[in-house]
Amino acid sequence: MISIREKRLARSAGGDAVVLVFLLLAASFTALPIVYAISNAFKPLSELFLFPPRLFVRNPTLANFQDLFTLMAQSWVPMTRYLLNSLIIVSLGTAGNVIAASMAAYVLSTRRFIGANLFMGMVVLSLMFAQEVTAIPNYIILARLGWIDTYAAVIVPAWGSTLGLYLMRKFIDAMIPVELLEAARIDGANEFRIYWNIVMPNVKPAWLTLIILMFQSLWGNTGGHFIYSEQLKTLPYALNQIVEGGVARQGVGAAVTVLMMILPITVFVINQSKIIETMGTSGMAN
Amino acid sequence: MSSAAGIEARRTVGVSMRNWLVQVIKQIYRDRECYLFLAPFGIVFTLFTVVPVVMSIGLSFTHFNMLQPARFIGINNYLRLFLEDDVFLIAVKNTLIYAAITGPLSYLACFVLAWFINDFKPVVRAFLALLFYAPSISGNAYMIWTLIFSGDTYGLVNGFLMHWGFITQPIQWLLDPRFIMPICIIVVLWMSLGTSFLVFIAGLQGLSRDLYEAGAIDGVRNRWQELWYITLPQMKGHLMFGAIMAITNSFTAASAITNLVQDSLTTDYAAHTIVQHLQDYGTVRFDMGYACAIAVVLFFAMVVCQRIVQKLLDRVGQ
Repeated sequence: MISIREKRLARSAGGDAVVLVFLLLAASFTALPIVYAISNAFKPLSELFLFPPRLFVRNPTLANFQDLFTLMAQSWVPMTRYLLNSLIIVSLGTAGNVIAASMAAYVLSTRRFIGANLFMGMVVLSLMFAQEVTAIPNYIILARLGWIDTYAAVIVPAWGSTLGLYLMRKFIDAMIPVELLEAARIDGANEFRIYWNIVMPNVKPAWLTLIILMFQSLWGNTGGHFIYSEQLKTLPYALNQIVEGGVARQGVGAAVTVLMMILPITVFVINQSKIIETMGTSGMAN
Repeated sequence: MSSAAGIEARRTVGVSMRNWLVQVIKQIYRDRECYLFLAPFGIVFTLFTVVPVVMSIGLSFTHFNMLQPARFIGINNYLRLFLEDDVFLIAVKNTLIYAAITGPLSYLACFVLAWFINDFKPVVRAFLALLFYAPSISGNAYMIWTLIFSGDTYGLVNGFLMHWGFITQPIQWLLDPRFIMPICIIVVLWMSLGTSFLVFIAGLQGLSRDLYEAGAIDGVRNRWQELWYITLPQMKGHLMFGAIMAITNSFTAASAITNLVQDSLTTDYAAHTIVQHLQDYGTVRFDMGYACAIAVVLFFAMVVCQRIVQKLLDRVGQ
C-alpha cells in the first residue's frame, strides 16, 4: 500500500491530465471578462445593442477603434500628454514603492532594533483600517503640503503603500537565510550592498509580483480629487470622458476597455514569465 | 523610615532611568543605518497612513458633517451605533455571514490553484495564471455578471430557467432580497484569485529544493504529507499574508456588491454590510464622525479575526 503511494510522489501523466482539464474548465469561467471585452470591441453597433446580447462577435469590425482614434485626435489636450501623465505616475509610483518598501522590509526582517516591532505592528494594523474614512484627512494633509494638483499627490502616497512592505517582509523572512547575510558581513559588504546585491536578487519573485500589483492599481488612477488641471489628467480619465459622450459611444467604450487592458496584461505576462525564468536557470534558494 | 533613605531610593531610580535612557540612545545610534533604511517608507507611511488613521479615530468622538468644524461628543457615536441603529446590526450580521463564507473559501481557492499550477511547465503556468487572474485585471468584470443575472427574460439564467420550464416569470435576481447575497458571494468567490493568488505563486517558486529531497529520505509518503510537512511550514509567512488579505477583502467587500447591484443600497438591506453602512453615512448623509466610529468598530472586528487566524496558522505542519 505504502510502496504504491511512494511512486506517486511525482505526479502521473493521467493525474496531470485530470488536473489540467479541471483547471481549464475553471479558467474558462474566470477568463470570461477578457473574452467578452475583446469580442465586444470588434462588434458593430448593431450587435452591441442586440437583444438578447451575444457573447461572441459575428461580423467583426474595426470601426470602434477607428472611431476611438478619430475622437482621440480631436481632443483639446493631445492624447499623448494623457498617456505621458499616466506613465509618469505609474512608473515613479511603482518604482518608489518597490524601493522604499523593500529597503524598510530588509532591515525589519534581518535586524533587531528599537521600534522595529512597533513599526511592523502598525503596518499590519493599518491594512485593516477602512480607507473610506481616511480620505478626508489625506486630502487635508496633501493640501497643507501644497501638493494638490501635482503629480506628487498621487505618486508620493503610493510609495508608502503598506501592501508592498508586508509582501517584501514575508518573502525576505522566508527566502534569505541568516548564514548568507553573516557571510556577506564577514566579507565586509556594507548594508546597502547586502540589500542591493544579495537580498534583492534573491527575492526577485516578490518584487516582480509587487510590480504587477502596483502597476495595476496606479494604472487605473484617474487623479481623482487630487489633480484637476486638464493637462495633468491621466489616460483613464481622458478615455472615460470620451466614453461618457453619449449612448452612441458604446462601441468606443468597448474599444477603450480593451485598450486599457493591454499594458497591465503585458506587465503581468512579462513579470510572471520572469519569475519562472529565474527559478529555472539559477536554481536559487538552495 | 528616614527621609534620607527615601531620597536615596529616588536618586537610584533617577540614575537607573538616566542609564536606561543613555542605553536606548546608544542603541539607536548604533542602529542608525536601520533607521536610515526605514526612513523613506516610514516618513511617507506615517504621513499618509498613520496620521489619517489617528485623525479618523479622533473624529469618531465628534459630530462632523464636513461643513462645520467637528464638535466633541464623547462616545455618543458608539452608543448610537450599538443601541439605536437597527440597520447596523443587520450590517454586522451580513458582514459576518459574508466574511465567514468568502474569506476561507477564497483563501483556499487561492492556495489550491496556485499549488496546482505550480507543477506545470512554465509556459502553461503563466498562461493559466493570467486566465485565473483575469477578473482582477480586466476592468469590466461585473459586466459579465449583469448579463448572466439580468432581470429580464433575456438574462442568461432567466432564459435558461424559462426555456426548461422551471419558472414562468423572469426573476429580478439583483433586486430580490432572497438572491442578492448568494449572488454577491458567488461573484466575489469568482473574483477571489487576486493578490494572494499571485503571492502564493511567487512563494511556491521560492521554496528550497533541498528540503523536498530530505523529506523523501525521511519517509514522506505522498503529496499530501509533502504539502503538510514540507511545503506549508515554509509558506507560513505567505499564508499569513494571504490570511490578512482574505480578512480585509471579506470584511470590506462592499465594493463588489455596489458594483454588481449598481447601487450602494440593496433591497431590504439584504446585502448591506458594515462598509456600505459606513459609505452611506460618510458620503450620502455627511455624518463623518459616525462613519469614523463604524470604521473603528470594523477595525477591531478584523483585528480579533486576525488574531484567531494567527493562532490557527501557528499549528500548521505540527
